[in-house]
Amino acid sequence: MAENFKRMDGRELTEMRPIAAQVGIIPNANGSAMFQSGKTIAYAAVYGPREHHPRSQRNPKRATLRCKYNMISFSVNDRIRPGPSRRSTEISKITEWAITPVLMLEKFPGMVIDVHINIIQADAGTRCAGINAAAMAIAHAGIPMKEMVSSVSSGKLDKTLVIDLDKAEEDFEEGEGPTDIPVSMTQSGKVTHLQLDGKINKEELKEAIKMAEAACKEIHEVQKEALKNVGKLIEGGKK
Amino acid sequence: MTNRQIVIPGEIIAENTNALPGENTIKEDGKIISQKYGLAEISNELIKIIPLSGAYLPRRGNIVIGEVENIMFNGWLINFNGPETGFLSLTEVPMYVNKDGLEEVMKIGDMVIAKIWNMNRRGTDLSIKSRGLGKIEGGLIVKVNPNKVPRIIGKEGSMVNLIKDSTGCELTVGQNGFVHIRGSSIEKEILAKKAVLFIEKNSAQGGLTEDITKWFEENKN
Amino acid sequence: MEEISINSKKIAEYLNTGKRFDGRKPEEFRELSIETGVSINAEGSARVKLGNTDVIVGVKLATAEPYADSPNKGNFMVSAELSPMSSPRFESGPPKFPVIEFGRVLDRGLRESGFIKWEGLCIEEGKRVWTLFVDIYTLNDDGNLMDAAGIGAIAAMKTAKLPSFDKETGIIDYKHPTDNPLPLNDVTPIAITAYKIGNKIIVDPTREEQDAATSRVTIGSSDGIISSVQKGEEDSMTQEEIGEALDLADKAYKDVFKNLQNQIK
Repeated sequence: MAENFKRMDGRELTEMRPIAAQVGIIPNANGSAMFQSGKTIAYAAVYGPREHHPRSQRNPKRATLRCKYNMISFSVNDRIRPGPSRRSTEISKITEWAITPVLMLEKFPGMVIDVHINIIQADAGTRCAGINAAAMAIAHAGIPMKEMVSSVSSGKLDKTLVIDLDKAEEDFEEGEGPTDIPVSMTQSGKVTHLQLDGKINKEELKEAIKMAEAACKEIHEVQKEALKNVGKLIEGGKK
Repeated sequence: MTNRQIVIPGEIIAENTNALPGENTIKEDGKIISQKYGLAEISNELIKIIPLSGAYLPRRGNIVIGEVENIMFNGWLINFNGPETGFLSLTEVPMYVNKDGLEEVMKIGDMVIAKIWNMNRRGTDLSIKSRGLGKIEGGLIVKVNPNKVPRIIGKEGSMVNLIKDSTGCELTVGQNGFVHIRGSSIEKEILAKKAVLFIEKNSAQGGLTEDITKWFEENKN
Repeated sequence: MEEISINSKKIAEYLNTGKRFDGRKPEEFRELSIETGVSINAEGSARVKLGNTDVIVGVKLATAEPYADSPNKGNFMVSAELSPMSSPRFESGPPKFPVIEFGRVLDRGLRESGFIKWEGLCIEEGKRVWTLFVDIYTLNDDGNLMDAAGIGAIAAMKTAKLPSFDKETGIIDYKHPTDNPLPLNDVTPIAITAYKIGNKIIVDPTREEQDAATSRVTIGSSDGIISSVQKGEEDSMTQEEIGEALDLADKAYKDVFKNLQNQIK
């Protein structure tokens, strides 16, 4: 690992971008929240548990968690044609899997919990910001949860492990290029979501997950403050 | 001595305690952990979470206000914002209803005050046999967070009675967060509606009875 | 539960005495707040709050071939999404009629008003022009999404900046915007929708008031010149009612225009 690796924006290797969170941003929703990481902004709104339509899709044993992740057309430089894409469909499912382990869906058989995530502005780490916002919104909606979930992108730039890649770093071409490792964890350190895109050996991967755990703890503090102060913008991480 | 604080899921509310884990909490290794976002009520004997938010979860005996969604051959389907539509059988109505006469009694879109008399796997059964229940005529309906209903009713009905006395309106509070208001003038009904929304907004504060009394003095023109 | 019929009746009854539940006059808009530059990857963006109604609008530019019959004019496209996040009533899925109408009515209002200098969007006649995209997303629905979105579109377009563009290579550099605004004329096309409740007309309804309305007419105008009209919903309107709608829209236009001027920097 290169000790004197310099990141483009001057951050330390384990330093996240500045983060911010606010709960209760959408009055109509049962629960809602915003999560921001650097220039990436995610909004989440939750409706439910409520009657599940269509009836044919109801699960009589437990509630269905239905997450929809969407990037708004102008959230990125090259306009995204409005509507679902294969990528957004995959990330919607990943988000469901990231959160389901902490839910107790058997408490609401036959019902549905709808989670809508809109990425308002994107600068990498959008699925993680979405999961952070969704977890707060679900808690805000009064839905029983064993613990909170926090999410961050761990990664590697050439040979150096870093936390929270921004877009410029994702586009990094030198050496082994970038490796993007989004991770979601519960407060107690259980991994609920793990993906990887790049080139890494297993020791480095274990280390990257450990780094993510530390960052997730910081994120959790901000999520907690935001929930305890509904309506207030809470800022965190190093400035 | 009870102590209250807002807690989030996964938060350790108390450690090394003998208190029992109440609703929405679990006990693990002597620690009581929250499983819901809400107000933790902490005493030496019991720790429970009072929900601040969340969809309405019906219980047997609840009075609810709903809307007729459909008419079946033997009753009405009522939507009260619950996990599923409730069913009001024509046998649970205080008068005789002919199989062809359902629509005359209540049609689609009518609002009704009903009691949940049974809940099972087949569904939620409603009744309008008791006094104060039945089709709603006139007035207006306010929708509030169902978790604030206890505050709107108040201890032994003290809060809702205060609104009734100050506005001269009749009020029926559904456990599902719908409040029906009927008064002698629209102005009085709107005043009562504003009072209900004031209570909902300030429900977390102490001294609510003084605040609402003062509010009525300021607003009762 | 969508429309509560008892409340709709009560709203109509009260309006017959000339009053609205929140104390507003028939021609009065709720508190309007406009914030621009809210999404930095867009060429222009705005967030509009009208009471509790909340929408976000973004402007994006891309290059394309012009239409054969207008070789020196740019292209324009307005799209809208009634985001399921903004209301328990909206579902995900392919656009249905209400949202399609929403986008098209706003499109016509902006297009027909002479707001955009079409030739100003031409890069190379017959070969390359700018396509101007205006995309609307609703964030919270408490009635009158249409007018809120229209205000957002104007604010986003008036504050937008063209991206850097290399004529030789045809590459757009979005990361380095120029200081050049969009080629716009000095008009302010604002869409005001008048709603009929009972036999009274109001503007800027809350969600409950909008549920109580049986008909509506959207009037897009700029300084008294009407360039687009759309009447919607199932009930008919008398000619008097249409006349009143036009009067109300005119009164409301003046207030909204002033607000826009004050809030867009």
